[in-house]
Amino acid sequence: MTAPMRLGFVPLVDAAPLIVADALGFAQEEGLELDLVAAPSWAALRDMLALGQVTAAQMLSPVPVAMALGLGGSAARFEALSVLNANGDVFGVSISLADRMRANGYGFDFSDARGAGLALLVAAGPTLRIGVPFPFSMHAELVHYWLAGLNCPLPPGLEIVTVPPPRMAEALAAGEIDAFCVGEPRGSVAVERGVGALLLPGCAIWGFAPEKVLTTRAGWAEEVPDLAGRLIRAVWRAGRWLGAPENRMMASEVLAAPGRLDVAPDIIERALTGRMVITPGGDECTVPGFIEFFAGAATFPWRSQAAWIGLRLAQRYGLDPLTSSMLAKGVYRSDLHRLHLAHAGADLPGASEKVEGYLSQPSPVASARGRLILPMDRFFDARIFDPDHPLR
Amino acid sequence: MAGIAAQKVVTLPLSGVQRPMTKPLSIIVVEKDRDRARLIVDGLCEAGDFDVFVIGEEAGLARRIAERNPDLVLIDAGNPSRDVLEELTLASAPMQRPVAMFVDQSDGSLTRAAIEAGVSAYVVDGLKAERIKPILDAAIARFHMVQKMRVELSEARRALEERKVIDRAKGILMRAKGIGEEEAYALIRKTAMDQGRKVADVAQALVMAADLLK
Repeated sequence: MTAPMRLGFVPLVDAAPLIVADALGFAQEEGLELDLVAAPSWAALRDMLALGQVTAAQMLSPVPVAMALGLGGSAARFEALSVLNANGDVFGVSISLADRMRANGYGFDFSDARGAGLALLVAAGPTLRIGVPFPFSMHAELVHYWLAGLNCPLPPGLEIVTVPPPRMAEALAAGEIDAFCVGEPRGSVAVERGVGALLLPGCAIWGFAPEKVLTTRAGWAEEVPDLAGRLIRAVWRAGRWLGAPENRMMASEVLAAPGRLDVAPDIIERALTGRMVITPGGDECTVPGFIEFFAGAATFPWRSQAAWIGLRLAQRYGLDPLTSSMLAKGVYRSDLHRLHLAHAGADLPGASEKVEGYLSQPSPVASARGRLILPMDRFFDARIFDPDHPLR
Repeated sequence: MAGIAAQKVVTLPLSGVQRPMTKPLSIIVVEKDRDRARLIVDGLCEAGDFDVFVIGEEAGLARRIAERNPDLVLIDAGNPSRDVLEELTLASAPMQRPVAMFVDQSDGSLTRAAIEAGVSAYVVDGLKAERIKPILDAAIARFHMVQKMRVELSEARRALEERKVIDRAKGILMRAKGIGEEEAYALIRKTAMDQGRKVADVAQALVMAADLLK
């Protein structure tokens, strides 16, 4: 029997698993009739989900964690059933800041986070205003982690401010911000408009960061396990399709349409292929794993990822770090993800937590079918995060 | 737009009316469009004695709001800048007092009505529900009017566009076939009726074909 289900998304490349699940029939295969609703902002999407206007939503990976910790403007509770994608953000700077960095001899390699960070701090001088899409976002986490990890004095006028992604290029052009961290295609749109240059991909800061998660109201997935299973499987199959290199061109076309991303397909293709145009002059850099929808069990919501986010938020907002990382683990439902994909042919890890940042190269790991290779997940400063000892 | 970024609206107390002892609540309305902002402000001022301030500029929104330290912020739920207001809900926020998005725990109907009207309200911690209700009621009524105004505006725009296209199509037919204006329109209308299509669609097809043949 076909069940209708309304899903919310924000028009970004990482909404792809939801859009593809609908457009290419993966949802229909599971007997779901999807109705995709584009939201104007993350706060609006969160409220739509909290109030039941949508059943599930694409969500910034730290949002369910922040809500579990009581942070932010909503009293609702969410949980993450799947990760929609790992990585996919870019850090960019204004043209004038890029020019100053270049004049200082910086070479824009789009890979070395430490080198880029030091060059940025030297060129920025006493003020540095960085735009991120939402206070609870992997963008904000990566920027905070990166700047702190440089172990350098930071500009006294450092500000990390919220700028809605559709306004990011405009805010950069108007000089409201000097730099940004944003999801694609918004970074490429800033390059295309000639107002910004890209400095780093998000994966240069954390090699395998959960970026967006498939989110529902807490408890929903256990109230209606059949529907939850269908949703998780449909989105997982869409991710598998997106992960195949031969599908990228078609995926760009599917995402480009009005009502979806409404951006030219060749701009969307940059993120999907990892071939990024980093300056308005057309300089290109290729980044393997720029955005990952499938490989390395990318869809698996590791409780250790949630714990890392919980710890970072706790430290920034003055909450108890151990309690916060414990609460955080509870909202990433690796148990439900594994349960509902058991018979779908997925090769998922046997464990629900791992030491984050430990792998400096792809490595095999114990899994259901024994063929799983986890990708490199190191942090730029080579620190590791052990979820059993979060403060070590 | 920047020039009207900040309009102070002063409400004058009516003589003879008993004024409440408490200081009037200060409200910020975030709205770029001047006419819509005016409509909302008028509605609020009719509903009571409030200190209403409009912010039309999106740049530095969190700072602008924090500077005025309002009791309540009203914003169109569809405005992408809503995400900026999330900063105000944080302990490290620029506001001196913590802010929460308004959700009425005891009476869900007010919250629902606000959502339907497309208005999001952020209130400072500790503000009593009975003081918020008249403001939200007025805001909900006005946001409904704003929505209606938007629909009417887009319909008017579309009607104008359609007329322009039909005029161009008539001109093309008049030149190509050497016929008069009325005859040209009759031909378009007959084609539309025969094919079960709208007059504007047939006109659009004709204009597009003529452009291709240029």
